[in-house]
Amino acid sequence: MALLEVDNLLVDFALGDGVLHAVRGVSFSLERGETLAIVGESGSGKSMTSLALMNLLPKRATRHADRLVFDGIDLASAPETRMRGLRGNRMAMIFQEPMTSLNPSYTIGNQLTEALRTHRAVSPAEARDRAVQLLDKVGIPAAARRLNQYPHQLSGGLRQRVMIAMALMCGPDLIIADEPTTALDVTIQAQILHLLADLKTEFGMAMILISHDLGVVARVADKVAVMYAGEVVESAASWQLFKAPRHPYTRGLLNCIPVPGRTAPGAPLGAIPGQAPTLIGAQRGCAFRDRCAFAAAECAGDIPFVAVAPGHHARCIRLNALEAAA
Amino acid sequence: MLSFTSQRLLVALSVALTVSIVAFMLLHLSGDLATAIAGPESTAAQVEQIRHQFGLDRPLSVQYLDWLWHALHFDFGNSFYFRDTVTSLIASRMPVTMTLGAISLALALVIAIPLGVLAAVYSGTIIDRLALGFCVLGQAVPAFCLGLGLIIVFAVQLRWLPVSGTASWKNYVMPSIALGWYAVPAVMRLSRNGMLEVLSSDYIRTARAKGLRPSVVILKHALRNAIIPVVALAAVQFGFMLGGSIVIEAVFNMQGLGYLAWEAIARNDFPVVQAVVLILATIYVALTFIADVANAFLDPRIRLA
Amino acid sequence: MTAAAPATFDTAPRRRAALLRRSLGHSGLVLGGVTLAAIVAIALAAPLIAPHDPYNQDLAHRLIPPVWQAKGSWEHALGTDKLGRDYLSRLIFGARISLLIGTLTVLISGTIGTVIGICAGYFGGRVDAVLSYVVTTRLALPVVLVALASAALVGSSLEGVIVVLGLLLWDRFAVVTRSATMQVARSDYVAAAQAVGCSTLRILASEILPNILNALIVVATLEMAHAILLEAALSFLGLGVQPPLPSWGLMISEGKQYMFFSPWVIAIPAAALVLLVLAINLVGDGLRDVTAPENRG
Repeated sequence: MALLEVDNLLVDFALGDGVLHAVRGVSFSLERGETLAIVGESGSGKSMTSLALMNLLPKRATRHADRLVFDGIDLASAPETRMRGLRGNRMAMIFQEPMTSLNPSYTIGNQLTEALRTHRAVSPAEARDRAVQLLDKVGIPAAARRLNQYPHQLSGGLRQRVMIAMALMCGPDLIIADEPTTALDVTIQAQILHLLADLKTEFGMAMILISHDLGVVARVADKVAVMYAGEVVESAASWQLFKAPRHPYTRGLLNCIPVPGRTAPGAPLGAIPGQAPTLIGAQRGCAFRDRCAFAAAECAGDIPFVAVAPGHHARCIRLNALEAAA
Repeated sequence: MLSFTSQRLLVALSVALTVSIVAFMLLHLSGDLATAIAGPESTAAQVEQIRHQFGLDRPLSVQYLDWLWHALHFDFGNSFYFRDTVTSLIASRMPVTMTLGAISLALALVIAIPLGVLAAVYSGTIIDRLALGFCVLGQAVPAFCLGLGLIIVFAVQLRWLPVSGTASWKNYVMPSIALGWYAVPAVMRLSRNGMLEVLSSDYIRTARAKGLRPSVVILKHALRNAIIPVVALAAVQFGFMLGGSIVIEAVFNMQGLGYLAWEAIARNDFPVVQAVVLILATIYVALTFIADVANAFLDPRIRLA
Repeated sequence: MTAAAPATFDTAPRRRAALLRRSLGHSGLVLGGVTLAAIVAIALAAPLIAPHDPYNQDLAHRLIPPVWQAKGSWEHALGTDKLGRDYLSRLIFGARISLLIGTLTVLISGTIGTVIGICAGYFGGRVDAVLSYVVTTRLALPVVLVALASAALVGSSLEGVIVVLGLLLWDRFAVVTRSATMQVARSDYVAAAQAVGCSTLRILASEILPNILNALIVVATLEMAHAILLEAALSFLGLGVQPPLPSWGLMISEGKQYMFFSPWVIAIPAAALVLLVLAINLVGDGLRDVTAPENRG
């Protein structure tokens, strides 16, 4: 049985002038120990998807799913008390902004031990020991001393490591990392990614890594789901996606990335013309058709999520035209 | 933190000094004190004699420095009307006003802060609207009217509480409600706005993601940060209450500092008036200093800078 | 071929229309505005609508209760006070006093505070430091006490109260106009005016002032309420408006000795006070919500 099964997840926002469909029928599954990367531009709905899993959506948002099961537990119908029992315990989340994600008025130690003592009956001393252990594991020097420090006394990279340690306090089965490296320097980014990959292997956790950066994804992911305008437009094993992208959007994304050795200096980088559509009101047809070079009249109708190879799906009806042109 | 504190202290001291000058000048320049002391039926000669007797014919700066020097030694001279030194008069009346102020502030905080937190947590709902409506109403009812109303209801018709005086704790119930009433809207709004801002911050999202109970998220994580400006406001409001206690003490016949000042003003007893204004202003300056320091101390980012 | 003259888009009428729409939709603003307008109208028409002369004593008919109590009558719809004067008429003329005091005080304190605030905000540096120090000192003074003492010395009267309050209540004007000016002074059109060489006075009057007007009006309404409440307190303590003027605060103090048996003597002017102040506050809050919704709450 898969650790996490998501089938047809929908997230809507009730706005003054209509309903915003932020997530429109996202489906995926995740096995234990697997890393799934969800890739997409801002507004694609990837963050909303992760918040929907933990039911941490903002007030005006509503969530529906045909199936939303975590380790046999039905998340869609679970009462809030049950969800609270899972959050930080069996499924943990790491956010994008390490500078503001920690409470400035409490010490690191306080916030770390709180994460453990909320879910386990351990003494303060035991909790502190585990905190030191994990701070060490995430590569923070002088871990014991850090417990009494306040967040503002640490750099951004260190704070993100603390966030990771905090997520690990209860030994979760699933970690959701929402753009964990976006707000950090490039050099730190690589370190954090390595750290996540190592921890994942050591603790056997499943991970959902959300990013807009394909380069980041390539290092760490087993599977990739590309999201556009609230839908998954392509999903495949990592190597499949990078070797043979099928959806025009995915191809466009990969074209935008300069590849050392192949992209000539001074040569123009690819760009996808146009903008993502606003998702207010009823949507029909392929959301990408206004920006797609291969769009045809049929693209305004229903687009099924077809299998192009074992484990590789794409939401497009013009795949053959694409292959011919390539 | 230390340099911040000492800098603020310097400012506070200079403001206190300036206020003493202003208070002094205000009284001496508002009218002819000698005439006021002598009374409306006195002759010019009597007025001149009084002027000389009280040293009112000396240059103002000399009068001021003389007064200030004595004031620093807690000698405010003798009251014209009461047969006592100003210092002992003030000392005997101070406890009533301080007690009243403290209870009023405590009451106001106990009502306003939870109200503000509730309004923020349930923002946009009827609870929020009721709280804000309560605020608007609160600011429209003058304290003395509320005091009188309370007397009519609780002392006269229900007979639960005494009408006036300062005999027991029961005497302080209605006055502190009337005095604290005016601080509630300001504190409530600040608490509410502070909480709203804090509740939308990233670290609250992290707290929720850790599976913490809502009460822990709100009270431990959110309130701790939202309360910082409220502490400063509370100190300032305490200063206002001490100044505004005049009216309440008059309504409830409480022999406090405000009542003393009122009697003194009505009887042109200037040494008393001057002294009370100076003391209240100094207390206010001290409170704003404490508020500034508390503000800085409660935020670890400033405290440990 | 001649080019057409560039079209100028005057958005002012559209913005005003939008503002008017928002104002009419704001229930607090409408409620407060209508109430306030009614009170102003009553005050202005006082000589015409008051059933009796407010100063006319009739000792044979003292302390008659209002019409809704047993011994009341429509002759004196709100009863009479301890000297037999008709309460309704005194109430109506009392509105004049409250409004007069509120308006004049705000004019004086508003002028003082705005001048201080604009100078502090526009010139910055030492000027700001000095003026801010002045404001801090003023804030340290216990207002009620100082107002009482000054009023007693200047002479307790209507004019005395207005002058004293006007010279004391300018602090919030100064603080608000200072921060509003600082915001506006950073903007491009002010920089443009400076670059063109406009005199400072001209800039202050035609660039700065119109743009801080919103904040200024909101403060003016709130300070008006503040002045009215303070005058009521001063008159209640006997050091404000003097008898026989029908100040509501004075009416409350005159009625205090009868409040145990005839609570309506103080309840009626108190209710009038609350109504007026509530209306003014609703208008002030409403104006603030409508002109700058982000400052809500």
